[in-house]
Amino acid sequence: MKKTQYSKFAAILSMLVLVGLGALCLNQTVSAAAEGSIAGTVKFSGTAPHMRGIDMSKDPYCVKQHENSPVNLENIVVGSDGGLQNVVLYISDGLTGNEATAVPSTQPTFDQKGCQYIPHVLAMDADQKFQVISSDQTTHNIHPLPNAMTGNIPWNKSQPPGAPPIVTSWKTPEMISVKCNIHPWMHGYFAVVKGPYATSDKSGAYTIHGVPPGSYTVTAWQEELGTQTAKVTVAAGKPGSADFTFKGK
Amino acid sequence: MAKFFAITIIVIAIASAIPIVRHTWDPPANISTHGALIDEQTSETMAEAGISFVVSQILLALFIWKFSNPRPGDKIKTFPGGAKAMVWAGFLLVGTEVLALGIFGVKAWAEVYFTPPAADAIPVQVQAGQFAFYFRYPGPDGKFGPAHPELINEGTQNFFGLDTDHDADSKDDIVTAEMAIPINKEIHLLMHTKDLGHSFYVPALRVHQDFVPGLDLSLHFTATKIGKYEIVCSQLCGLGHYNMKAYLEVMSQEDYDSWLKKQAALQ
Repeated sequence: MKKTQYSKFAAILSMLVLVGLGALCLNQTVSAAAEGSIAGTVKFSGTAPHMRGIDMSKDPYCVKQHENSPVNLENIVVGSDGGLQNVVLYISDGLTGNEATAVPSTQPTFDQKGCQYIPHVLAMDADQKFQVISSDQTTHNIHPLPNAMTGNIPWNKSQPPGAPPIVTSWKTPEMISVKCNIHPWMHGYFAVVKGPYATSDKSGAYTIHGVPPGSYTVTAWQEELGTQTAKVTVAAGKPGSADFTFKGK
Repeated sequence: MAKFFAITIIVIAIASAIPIVRHTWDPPANISTHGALIDEQTSETMAEAGISFVVSQILLALFIWKFSNPRPGDKIKTFPGGAKAMVWAGFLLVGTEVLALGIFGVKAWAEVYFTPPAADAIPVQVQAGQFAFYFRYPGPDGKFGPAHPELINEGTQNFFGLDTDHDADSKDDIVTAEMAIPINKEIHLLMHTKDLGHSFYVPALRVHQDFVPGLDLSLHFTATKIGKYEIVCSQLCGLGHYNMKAYLEVMSQEDYDSWLKKQAALQ
């Protein structure tokens, strides 16, 4: 009798310890994620390259959406202050433990609006769910072209007006170009990375959240200008910083 | 039963001829200088084939009506001269018809394919590709720059693979997604496909020509009516075939000049 009581007590105690330890671990991650970040600006030096105007005459609906505001290609978008938009920033080295494997629960959206992809470059974590929606009253076709050898499987789906969102994810980090088979000018990217990431805004500014203290290599990727890297250190309570400058060809 | 079958054949033959005779599904009004000849040829073909069709169906019905229930003892009658003579007769009948159509049609065909375009015809290049048409105008220098297929990139909108950094002739080339042409001016259309077989079909222009991979084909025509017309692909070319189209705008010379200027600014 006595022996069983002891083992019961031991079992309850060890469970309590386990639960406590688990809670402690979770708590640590949460606080670390909340405090650390890497911020900076991406600039373009030199004369911004000429971006061709887009001729949408194939589809009168698309032409109508831009009657008073002609659109140009978005391969290199430079702001008035030299800020470079649509650059994807991610940690290519230095991540350990949870931050490398944790998948964000947020669901980024890739919209088809005015026969353009919004955003032009959508960054996401591997295995993170994202959705493709259409705000247009014309049928679109979403055709991502990953390298099948990476484990990402190419697909090709149509989305007529009012169709439900396509919710899916990518398995492996890769910069995947996306096109529309109906509107040949529609081109964009799914930038699939591992770990925390950010995309530069109109002024070229970015902030990667959820980075615990440590030393990292940050990579900046631009679809035409390539990649750049920088070493960054994040200390407790002190965010890291890295600025990048891409030169014109 | 045989009589019912014979009557059904006659009813179907006559019913199918009614919309043709009444011009229920006529093509859109012709807008080209060569179109009248094509229309004439089409109606001749329709008349010849239609009359042969109706006559043969009536004959078929008559034979079924008369000979489907032979009484015992009836002799089987054969075509005079036997099977061989019947094949010859059919061959001669159909052969004469085809030959006659060919002779009538020579003029329409020659007008489009055997006559070279006028020296001052406006050259326009059209490139078909899954699933869109793109057009190229040579610009002020009147010369098309060379196309480099390896430089074709939809992401940068270089649909023709032009190297504007190195080829002087390419610098002023104008690439558009719609085709605009001036009215009453001959157009020399240079056609090629970047992937597989497509077709350039403008019903109102009476122009219908396949793109053949590896071949540079050319056509010439003159449009005579201002308006916007559809250019469609009529060769099943893949999933997006149903959506492979572009527009042809026939404009006045002034409108065409300003359109070309506007397009040049977009490059």
